[in-house]
Amino acid sequence: MKEHTITTPLSDEAVAAMRAGDRVLLSGVIYTARDAAHRRMIERLDCGEHLPIPVAGQVIYYVGPTPTPPGRVIGSAGPTTSYRMDAYAPRLLELGIKATIGKGPRSAAMIDAMRKHRAVYLAAIGGAGALLAGCVRECEIVAYPDLGPEAVRRLVVQLFPAIVANDIYGGNIYVR
Amino acid sequence: MRNIPFETIAEAVAQAAVDAAHLLPHDVLHALEQARERERAPLAKDILGQLIENARIARESHMPLCQDTGLAVFFVRLGSRVQVQGGSLADALNEGVRRGYSRGCLRRSVLGDPLHQVNTGDNTPAIIHFEPVDGDELAIDFMAKGGGCENMSRIAMLTPADGRRGVIDFVVEAVRKADGNPCPPIIVGVGIGGTFELAAIIAKKTLLRRLDEHHADPHLAALEHEILAEVNALGIGPQGLGGDTTALGVHVETAPCHIASLPVAVNIECHSHRTRRITL
Repeated sequence: MKEHTITTPLSDEAVAAMRAGDRVLLSGVIYTARDAAHRRMIERLDCGEHLPIPVAGQVIYYVGPTPTPPGRVIGSAGPTTSYRMDAYAPRLLELGIKATIGKGPRSAAMIDAMRKHRAVYLAAIGGAGALLAGCVRECEIVAYPDLGPEAVRRLVVQLFPAIVANDIYGGNIYVR
Repeated sequence: MRNIPFETIAEAVAQAAVDAAHLLPHDVLHALEQARERERAPLAKDILGQLIENARIARESHMPLCQDTGLAVFFVRLGSRVQVQGGSLADALNEGVRRGYSRGCLRRSVLGDPLHQVNTGDNTPAIIHFEPVDGDELAIDFMAKGGGCENMSRIAMLTPADGRRGVIDFVVEAVRKADGNPCPPIIVGVGIGGTFELAAIIAKKTLLRRLDEHHADPHLAALEHEILAEVNALGIGPQGLGGDTTALGVHVETAPCHIASLPVAVNIECHSHRTRRITL
């Protein structure tokens, strides 16, 4: 088991070096999206529009934070359950997203898509929202502000801890 | 009659909502600490340590334990000689939720219409279960119930022939299917008997019991131990990443039921088990 200290956007080499079970400390820009934002992004793509975020080598974090308290960068910000995004996520990998962050196992179709598009899935600790909020240095809403907690945010994180759950070789930490 | 002002209830509920979001109950923290001691898998041990650290950060820096600050669920025991002054009890509870979630910067996670996806903006309406009782006391149990674990809950209408073993198998299978999704280590609420809806309600209500309290009926306490042992033998572990600690506890409650029925409901709760009791 290795520990990777990685900066976003992710290079193909960085992704290829990750194996299921490895620990990752992620720094740099990541984008947030959960159920409603995914549905809207896919609807917009279907209409021939572009995504509101860059995609090449980027990372999407499945989180809907609590409202930011006065004087703080962000509210509580742990991962939400990932399988709900499985209906949408392969499409985003196809466009160049290289990693998703959430909690819980993924569908067979998503795992296939990760192998095909050489992307990884990182598990963050669900229910550790107070701890993970401490890794967020900047937070800004960049799309769909009407979705409130589900708006797309651009975060700058520093040494955000996660575990490689699915690698590009078919490795899957949830298989026991 | 004993009069309790609307404001008293609303303010007590608001405070309970804020406290629940930030202060992990002692019995849950203690159970996490004990699990960390016992846990044999290094990654699982490490995750349990981070959950304990998360609880410390939440408490000391006033940051919610989890971003999913839940749906507000109430179990209310309303004494026969209690009268709410200045409004209805349901309105007072909802007003308390409205104030608490706003004041505490807690996430509003309620869709007014489940198919139209419009957030009500104030985390109301709450889910309220009323129980009329004798006396002049108002006891309110508040639970902030997260969506990820609620989604993994299951109900089955078993037959009497399925019996005790059938109940255990259904509960263990529900936990196995839930896997890492509900934020293990989980707490499992099991409702046996009643009707379709009552089984689910008592499964949720039994989650209010402290983790170090077992059922008063020794047969049901034994059932709780047996299910807990089988659930933890699944090896799902904290966050589904493997280990000995899949559940921190199992609570079972029963209700009389029809001679043709054996309803079983499994309500799954995450480790961020946020409850508060208000007695007025």
